[in-house]
Amino acid sequence: MEELNKHFLNNNRRHFLKKAGFGIGGLALGSMMDPFGLSSSKEIPNLKLGSLSLPHFAPKAKRVIYLFQSGGPSQLDLFDYKPYLNKYRGSDLPESIRKGQRLTGMTSKQSSFPVTGSLFNFKQHGESRAWVSDLMPKVSKVVDELCFVKSMNTEAINHDPAITFFQTGSQLPGRPSIGSWMSYGLGSLNDNLPSFIVLLSTGNGKQQPQPLYSRLWGNGFLSSLHQGVQFRSGKDPVLYLQNPDGVSDQERRMMLDHLAQLNEKQEKTFGDPEINSRISNYEMAYRMQTSVPDVMDISDEPDHILRMYGKDSFTPGTYAANCLLARRLIEKDVRFVQLYHTGWDQHDNLPAQIKRQAEDVDQGTAALIMDLKQRGLLEDTLVIWGGEFGRTNYCQGKLTDTDYGRDHHPRSFTIFMAGGGVKPGFTYGETDDFGYNIVKDPMHVHDLQATLLHQFGVDHEKMIYKTQGRRFRLTDVAGEVKKDILLG
Amino acid sequence: MKKFTPLYYFLGAFILALLFKNSFFNQPTSKLDRIDNNDQVAFVEPIPEIISYNFDVKPILSDKCYKCHGPDPKAIEGDFRLDLSDHWYRISKENVEKQIITPGVISKSELIDRIHSERSSHKMPPPESNLILSDRDKQVLERWIEQGAKWETHWAYIPPVKQIPPKTTFEDWCKSPIDYFVAAKLEENELKPSKIAEKELLLRRLFFDLSGLPPTLEQMDAFLEDQHEDSYEKFVDNLLSSSSYGERMASVWMDVARYADTNGYQDDTERFNWPWRDWVIHAFNKNLPYDEFVTWQLAGDLIPNASKEQILATGFNRNHMITQEGGVIEEEYRVEYVADRTATAAKAFLGLTMECARCHDHKYDEITQKDFFNLFNFFNKLDEKGIIGYTEIASPKINVDHQALKNDLPFLNLPDSIRNVEVMVMKEVEDIRKTYLLNRGSYDAPTDLETSGSMPAVVLEFDAGLEKNRLGLSQWLFNKKNPLTARVAVNRLWQQFFGSGIVATSSDFGNQGTLPSHPELLDWLAVTFMEEDWDVKHLIKKIVMSSTYRQSSKSSKSQLTLDPKNSYLSVFPRQKLTAEMVRDNVLVSSELFVNKIGGPSVRPYQPAGLWKELTGGSTSNALKRYVVSKGGNQHRRSLYTFWKRTVPPPGMITFDAASRDLCAVERQKTSTPLQSLILLNDPQVYEAADALSSLILSRGLKSDKENIINIYRRVTGRTPDNNEVEELIEFYEYVQKNEMEQFKTKSRVEVKHRAYTSLTLLIYNLDETTQKS
Repeated sequence: MEELNKHFLNNNRRHFLKKAGFGIGGLALGSMMDPFGLSSSKEIPNLKLGSLSLPHFAPKAKRVIYLFQSGGPSQLDLFDYKPYLNKYRGSDLPESIRKGQRLTGMTSKQSSFPVTGSLFNFKQHGESRAWVSDLMPKVSKVVDELCFVKSMNTEAINHDPAITFFQTGSQLPGRPSIGSWMSYGLGSLNDNLPSFIVLLSTGNGKQQPQPLYSRLWGNGFLSSLHQGVQFRSGKDPVLYLQNPDGVSDQERRMMLDHLAQLNEKQEKTFGDPEINSRISNYEMAYRMQTSVPDVMDISDEPDHILRMYGKDSFTPGTYAANCLLARRLIEKDVRFVQLYHTGWDQHDNLPAQIKRQAEDVDQGTAALIMDLKQRGLLEDTLVIWGGEFGRTNYCQGKLTDTDYGRDHHPRSFTIFMAGGGVKPGFTYGETDDFGYNIVKDPMHVHDLQATLLHQFGVDHEKMIYKTQGRRFRLTDVAGEVKKDILLG
Repeated sequence: MKKFTPLYYFLGAFILALLFKNSFFNQPTSKLDRIDNNDQVAFVEPIPEIISYNFDVKPILSDKCYKCHGPDPKAIEGDFRLDLSDHWYRISKENVEKQIITPGVISKSELIDRIHSERSSHKMPPPESNLILSDRDKQVLERWIEQGAKWETHWAYIPPVKQIPPKTTFEDWCKSPIDYFVAAKLEENELKPSKIAEKELLLRRLFFDLSGLPPTLEQMDAFLEDQHEDSYEKFVDNLLSSSSYGERMASVWMDVARYADTNGYQDDTERFNWPWRDWVIHAFNKNLPYDEFVTWQLAGDLIPNASKEQILATGFNRNHMITQEGGVIEEEYRVEYVADRTATAAKAFLGLTMECARCHDHKYDEITQKDFFNLFNFFNKLDEKGIIGYTEIASPKINVDHQALKNDLPFLNLPDSIRNVEVMVMKEVEDIRKTYLLNRGSYDAPTDLETSGSMPAVVLEFDAGLEKNRLGLSQWLFNKKNPLTARVAVNRLWQQFFGSGIVATSSDFGNQGTLPSHPELLDWLAVTFMEEDWDVKHLIKKIVMSSTYRQSSKSSKSQLTLDPKNSYLSVFPRQKLTAEMVRDNVLVSSELFVNKIGGPSVRPYQPAGLWKELTGGSTSNALKRYVVSKGGNQHRRSLYTFWKRTVPPPGMITFDAASRDLCAVERQKTSTPLQSLILLNDPQVYEAADALSSLILSRGLKSDKENIINIYRRVTGRTPDNNEVEELIEFYEYVQKNEMEQFKTKSRVEVKHRAYTSLTLLIYNLDETTQKS
């Protein structure tokens, strides 16, 4: 990359850098940090600085990889070991446990709620003695790097509002996503790539997985500079990245030079400072045309790394390939990489489905943690693995010796984190013997968001955006930093 | 603590006198002199001589104090409210000699002690609130108390009064009453208006504003040649009566009405509300007065002997998202739809952030939770479901078929291949349910407080004679005593032309909204609008005929320094074209454009696989696969582009189109590298460059210079100067030479074609191409 920059400087940028103070560092992504004119300055703001005087205090983490498991993974078959459910398999869940929890329309008409133990074997692993089922053999090996939260809870019981809640702090559409907030507040760490990148993969667990929607990485009311940019597998990883057929790179460079020249002339005529940001956007676009394919091209990865991520990593667009790509992006100082893996919605046929689904993610997840660790990146990269809710301890549909399904369960479920100043080999929170209610240390969605921001030196109550007559924040009006899970 | 000795007292008085001298007895100097050119950021608005409660004080109190001492009773600290003047005069609990505010006496006002306090337990606002008063804020509060701490009703709730346009020394510049208001404000701020814009720029501005499309070469030539005084006005009249006018206006209304072609949640299935969209175009074109335009949309079904057209208009209130996600709790979503209609009506027609009062009384405005549910009540009386099936169109709905077109809806364009479509509309079922105030706004927490249809009296009393339904609501809205309706409407129109409203927060006329930059002008426009029976075209003509609109957008350094945001309009504000205009300009200039009004939404080019990646559900979801339209439909106006909410058209969203999830009255204005990538590489732009290149070459032998000027004018509306032409020729020749070297077998025409294509692509990427200058 550096070579490339030098190349620009020495060769073709004949007009471009004439202006004093308009060096390469100032050509950060975009310009209009302040679409609503909140600041009075007319100067082109540098996105690298972020919009607010942040951080509020010393950050522990610089980057996030959020491995979102869309559909709601069954904590009871993966991490939250409940032998009690096997012991009482088939008996009706007592009302004293259910305590009026609202149910989805899919099970609310069910006449009984038979308690359903997992068919998968659980074992304790590592020095931390963390429980993980057979479904995650590779993740079991890295538990000493992980911080399990067994007391996650949310308010939504359906996918759309629940995912939206995790990603934006509100169940209803319209708010910015976490990555957008971080881009807005903290700015970008690099000049060549967007600071918030989204990667999607489809799980094998379910025939028709829940869909995702681009508003999940939307900027809401923040400037669209902060929207997540989806990197797709295939020849156009970013929409419209490739030159039209027949337009060579050399011609493109020449065109941009002439374009800049003509635009500068307009700037002199109209005195509109926006024109300068436009010129710099074209340079950023041009750099992305090289930097994006560069980062997507894994041919320079050694064999042992590819083997670590597994055979899927050779197939672009798989979860494992996206994990590897996430690491490459993090290495290039992308601040927020948001992965989504769909297919965790096991209402029926759970044992067969979840096996395939867990296989999708087990090796890639473990490899990513180890890979970050060996490169010294885990220290300041926060990895989060989890879905929008958990699954019920009772069976949806018919419970047989070999088969069961589970409905959505918002009241308690498990996620795990690694790196970024979070305690390794640690478990936070606890559910009751039925795996239904939290009995110790609850962690609400807003708490998770507050804690995440805290690791970036951001006081979640202070990172605000004023619009529609009020101040908005990621954590709405709630959220508590759970310091117990953080390294001192 | 040290005793307060006479010496300290003396020193204090001395310092105070010095401070006073600075703020009060400064010799007037020009504003420009007062600004250090190298330090623009530090420029602080001077404090006005006479402090206005509404314009100077309340914005501070609302923003920094109301959160705990404002209208929301549940949030009130210390049983003390700053939004009520009778609380101001309470005796201080700290010192019986003082009141919270003692009019005229700073030293006897606890409020002043509090804002200057250094003790964290005493200081206001408290440090943990993260709210900070600036020095200027504090000085304003002091001076206001000194001047007697007078109370006023919120400005937007005082009905507008038409004032005689003020006198100004720039009288020669003024063409319309609008200009007098603007010129007087400029004078007040030591600014000058600008001369009329160059003809080419003005014409392009006018075309985009009134038709959403650029002028053609013929139109440009006609305007340039016409030296008559009324030539501009002729263009205005022609544009206002062209059918493109309705399409342009409709594209703004689509955001307000959150129009989309899909249901929005989860699997995001298809709906067919486009006949409603086409009614909007029709309504604008026939210049349906604004009061009827809104009344039909809000309550068309309730108008006695309602026509099918009036019922179709009510589709406005059904454009909200609807879920088909299996397993949701129906009532939760049904309540969401009603709340959406409530918030939309408040925002679109009243400029009120009513949704803030759904869960609790409004924290900043005098709107209670009960007010919210009173309005909610109007929209809660239809027989609708919370969840719909995969291929279901949500009831209530009407059937639109060819027979209906013939009899009642002749303005619709239903292709022969489609037998009929079902369009969602409103249908009142009076006794369907009672509306209770919902605790925290939540569907499962009804209180026993039953609400009835009504509106906040602080805006205007809901007359007992009005029916408690949507028709009554419309009558209340268009009562000429309603202080908000006309102001909000004219403000939005102003924003459409000038990029920003006279009230910059066009969605919020409440305490947290910005104050009008030209309050008298806003009122003049509002009252005129009402006096002229809500005639939209008439009002628009007034705006575009003004010198304020017609002036140049070239700003000088002093203008930029004195008024960096151009709030006072000393130049016409240069604005980015909307997402629709950016694409439509590409289509029109290359003559790919297919000008056809209405009909089902169309699918222009978009990168393959976008829908598939993000669409779930069974195969019965027809929207898993994106099939590009054929037969010219891929080149229709962007207004007709199919809007799939969960995967909106990338070109539109990237250029700041609204998401259409919720009512939006303003768009963002951003500039990003992703926009550059679209203009550089979108196959649509390249196709247009290629087409325009062919077009130019088909004109027969012309010089390169002539050809380049022709392309440039089509795309930017402006004739390039010699330097610009030289710069372009240089690039053109570079491509030509390269092409010849690389492809020796290519014919001369082929090489030229390639070079003109690249050149046109460059011109499409110019800043001025996507600007309204």
